[in-house]
Amino acid sequence: MGEKTVIILHSGDMDKVYSALIIANGALAMGMEASIYFTFWGLMRLKKGELDKGQLSKMNMLGLGRQMIKKRMDKANVVSLERLMNDFKELGGKIIACEMTMEIMGLSKEELRTEWIDEWGAVGSYIQEARDASVTLFI
Amino acid sequence: MADVEIDVRGQTCPVPLVECRKALKKASPGDLVIVKGTHPASRKEIPMACEAMGLEVLDIEDKEGGKEWEIKIRR
Repeated sequence: MGEKTVIILHSGDMDKVYSALIIANGALAMGMEASIYFTFWGLMRLKKGELDKGQLSKMNMLGLGRQMIKKRMDKANVVSLERLMNDFKELGGKIIACEMTMEIMGLSKEELRTEWIDEWGAVGSYIQEARDASVTLFI
Repeated sequence: MADVEIDVRGQTCPVPLVECRKALKKASPGDLVIVKGTHPASRKEIPMACEAMGLEVLDIEDKEGGKEWEIKIRR
């Protein structure tokens, strides 16, 4: 242990939320620590019932492209974001929620999936988290 | 010591890796964890993860004409 992956999830797009959670789960599965800092559009995905509600980052086509990709993902047996999040938490992954985003978006803690959130913070929390990380990504 | 068997046949990235890690976490030192899968990348990535965590891979066996694999790990 001692190695760490820290991801900033700025995007709320479905495909990018998948990227973040798959990478974070991979890090945990390979014996690293992992944290995800949810900010801006990414934080919207922590609202109750919104984890899988993001659109597609490209070719969304008013939701048609998204629907098509979802179908193909089901066919390829890709698991849900909810499942990935539960695995992430079970393997000891840490979630930090951006307080400034909450203020900008007018969000209260009651609107978020607080059972997933380990820490509420700002840029200092990310830097502190990433200070000793060997992998850090901005998605 | 006990044997733990996990079946991730038909599962894709990152499930085989994640389920293997979950099983290793739950197992006690000395236990044998057997992972059965079909996802090609996981066949090499599970041993990579074990090596990084200092765990011994006892055996990697290909089955069903190379369509399936079985990895044995000592926790």
